[in-house]
Amino acid sequence: MQELWLFASAGMSLLPHVEHAPIWLTIAVGAALAWRTAIWWRRTALPSRWLLNFLVAAGSAGIFLTFNQFFGKDPGIALLICFLALKLLEMRRVRDGLAIIFLCYFLLLTHFLNEQGIGVAGFTLATLVVVTAALASLGHGGRPAADHLRQSVLMLAQAAPFMLVLFLLFPRVQGPLWGMPADAYSAMSGLSDSMSPGSISNLSLSGEIAFRVKFEGDLPPRPALYWRGPVLSLYDGRTWRADARQRKVSPHDTAAGPTYRYSVTLEPHNKHWLFVLEMPWKLPPDAILARDYQLLSKTPVRSRIRYEAQSHLEFVPGADESEVSLRRHLALPANNPRTRALAEKWRQELATDEGIVRRMLDHFRQEKFFYTLTPPLLGENSIDQFLFETRRGFCEHYASAFVFAMRAAGVPARVVTGYQGGEENPVDGYMIVRQSDAHAWAEVWLKDKGWVRVDPTAAIAPNRIEAGLASAVLAGEPLPFLVRTDLSWFRGIRFRWEALSNSWNQWVLGYNPQRQREVLSRLGMREPDWKTMTAAMAVLCGLLLLGLVFWTLHKRIRIDPTVRAWNLLSRKLAHLGLARRDWEGPMDFFNRVALSRPELAHPMQAIVALYIDLRYGKQNDQSAQQRLRKLVSNLEIIAKR
Amino acid sequence: MPASPILEAIHHAGRIILGKDRQIRLALVCLLARGHLLIEDLPGVGKTILAHVLARLLGLNFHRIQCTADMLPADIIGVSIYDRNTGGFQFHPGPIFAQVILVDEINRATPKSQSALLEAMEEHQVTCEGETRPLPEPFFVIATQNPYHQIGTFPLPESQLDRFLMRIEMGYPDQAAERELLAGADRRDMVASLNPCMEPGELIELQRAVREVHVSGALIAYVQALAEHTRRSPDFEAGLSPRAALSLLRAARAWALIDRRDLVLPEDIQAVLPAVAGHRLHPSGGAPTASSADIAAALVGAVPIP
Repeated sequence: MQELWLFASAGMSLLPHVEHAPIWLTIAVGAALAWRTAIWWRRTALPSRWLLNFLVAAGSAGIFLTFNQFFGKDPGIALLICFLALKLLEMRRVRDGLAIIFLCYFLLLTHFLNEQGIGVAGFTLATLVVVTAALASLGHGGRPAADHLRQSVLMLAQAAPFMLVLFLLFPRVQGPLWGMPADAYSAMSGLSDSMSPGSISNLSLSGEIAFRVKFEGDLPPRPALYWRGPVLSLYDGRTWRADARQRKVSPHDTAAGPTYRYSVTLEPHNKHWLFVLEMPWKLPPDAILARDYQLLSKTPVRSRIRYEAQSHLEFVPGADESEVSLRRHLALPANNPRTRALAEKWRQELATDEGIVRRMLDHFRQEKFFYTLTPPLLGENSIDQFLFETRRGFCEHYASAFVFAMRAAGVPARVVTGYQGGEENPVDGYMIVRQSDAHAWAEVWLKDKGWVRVDPTAAIAPNRIEAGLASAVLAGEPLPFLVRTDLSWFRGIRFRWEALSNSWNQWVLGYNPQRQREVLSRLGMREPDWKTMTAAMAVLCGLLLLGLVFWTLHKRIRIDPTVRAWNLLSRKLAHLGLARRDWEGPMDFFNRVALSRPELAHPMQAIVALYIDLRYGKQNDQSAQQRLRKLVSNLEIIAKR
Repeated sequence: MPASPILEAIHHAGRIILGKDRQIRLALVCLLARGHLLIEDLPGVGKTILAHVLARLLGLNFHRIQCTADMLPADIIGVSIYDRNTGGFQFHPGPIFAQVILVDEINRATPKSQSALLEAMEEHQVTCEGETRPLPEPFFVIATQNPYHQIGTFPLPESQLDRFLMRIEMGYPDQAAERELLAGADRRDMVASLNPCMEPGELIELQRAVREVHVSGALIAYVQALAEHTRRSPDFEAGLSPRAALSLLRAARAWALIDRRDLVLPEDIQAVLPAVAGHRLHPSGGAPTASSADIAAALVGAVPIP
């Protein structure tokens, strides 16, 4: 039985690592577990120490060859996995079992270095119960499994209040709870600081969450939900890039219209920018507003962060843009001659910049342009090819072509990327913005109006802006499962799950110093600093401990006073090494004591006689119980020497 | 004290059956608790002598039934035979109509005969040709079986074993006892010269006194804890039945009475546990050779006295 508990603990602790550990290690560990189970089943001998030493060396060498080092997160975890599997093959004594259990506990902790979702937490909790039950089974072999499980759950339940107190009050440091310095961020998806045909349509196939927004008060209308991200103003003929030379500006003061207050919970994307509703008015602390109204954080966003901001929908930004800057927004490489020719023609025909903008949008509307996720591939003069031949494209094609044409016609313009739209989760009221909401639009500079947002996509596919991607693309195109509109039941479940994991993110993983201060001041702690928190933690833990002590004492108080006196006698005699064995009857106990300490025979006789009368006879009055208690307390034990 | 004639009987029996005081005491406890005794041992270790001595000392009449494979229930219970003088059937009682009965080698009898005997033991009466006849009181059966040579025998099934309050083993005498035995007088003569220690009515009085011995709640809790342990522990194939727990209390009361006490102590339970529980418990997973004493010692050690 004990073996089975240990196997189960090890198996459950190892299971989540299958996803992250090297494949050869997974196979080797699986083989070791199967081998160990076969040994247990057939009752054959464990492998010799020589073989085990060889396996340790082989495993370590394999890990070194895979990672080129022993230090760091992944090789460390791999070593732990390897040693746990080998320790199972060396299970000879109770001590080995304890080593396995502590390895399991440690390995459990390392799951959080890879993932911190609510599912992992749930599985870890279940494993914790099993590992603790294995620990209980080591202490008392031969009991039914349910006993060990009950004991394990009881112990963990007793520990839970302490966990809660420590979680709430332990002074937090800034930064992710489970961060490791060498963690790889390469797998994070999101917008980048460059845009070429296809980069955003690829992103649109991902249902991953980019960020969540909680509005205070009313939501802005859907067509106004432009979440500003990287602004791209440099063009090399194929790729748009952000201008690295950025100066800091303060938020414009020309804003008008209603103010929207909201908080954003941004998933990590390993880049500097933060997303805000156009245009930001009040910035979160520690954020910089760049010259092109990009909001940047000081460090790359490597863990989920939460910030608050305010925005206005009506604004006149950059009305005082300098000549130099405007000229930079007209620069173009020398390709796409047909587009240039068209733009120059418009320039001559039309008097104003506004007229050119309108003409271009009309062009998109009147000619046969299609909005599609799967545009044909484009060659060297990609914009010419798109505008005059294929006429099929996604938002990046339209934004790119529009800005190119504007610049060619002498209107300063730039590409803005970010997200457009968002979906409100009816369960918790959070607005979810997914990678599939990624979008690119344009901005043109008009005299007296500053930078004005122009979304060419809105001209071709107004549905994309009004209702989202799913209703805008052609039927039969691949779409991320989650943005499809025909699976309403699935979306319902999905909303609930996302609301749950959002509260997990907000309250457990995102419990940073600010949150902690917020919660504690709501609980009535004024200006909590680490000293008051530590003090409160100590006091609360002390109170909890006292509560547990009283609880156990209360169970003892219900014990018959006769038995209590009897136990006291046993404790007194324990000083002489003569404690009552718990299966020893009163007469046997007396005889043993009298034999080894004859001077105690006389006082003991009275006690034992009275005890027998009270406990096993018909005697049942309180004075006798008190007499017994007195006799026991007065019994003088003088240890030899 | 009411138990003094019993102590006297133990003393006298101990002079004939040397070095077996514990077995004598247990046999008497079994008798006082109105149970029946199964002795499992090799021939020649004094089973028959023990039965004789007990009958003699307690002033009871004694019959012996030697079981064979061709024995019929009628050979035990008796038969009705036509009597020409009276012109009717006359019942001739069998050997079971006695106060102490030694059933030798009970596992040689067929299951049919065994069950007739065991029914009589349980009911203290026999039914023959529609007529129920009570057996004499007190009624005490000592059955013996040889556990080793099992060829051509009908081992008692578990359910029948349960009818015996106790099962004991005689065992070989120790060296000093054996030397005394070999040097001493003939045992049969010694038995013949014994005088009863009590009247038959006195024994029934003692059996009644056993039922008066006080059992406290704490002691019942202990018996329950023991039974509970055998039911939950994986060391046993099946736990003690409620009947076994009752038997334990009955035997412990008699043991306490012989010890001149009017209340039962945990030690009494522990003293009778090997004899009462030994044949009702089967250690699981091998170790069929474990003796009753070992099983009981392990059980006592595993259960704290509440």
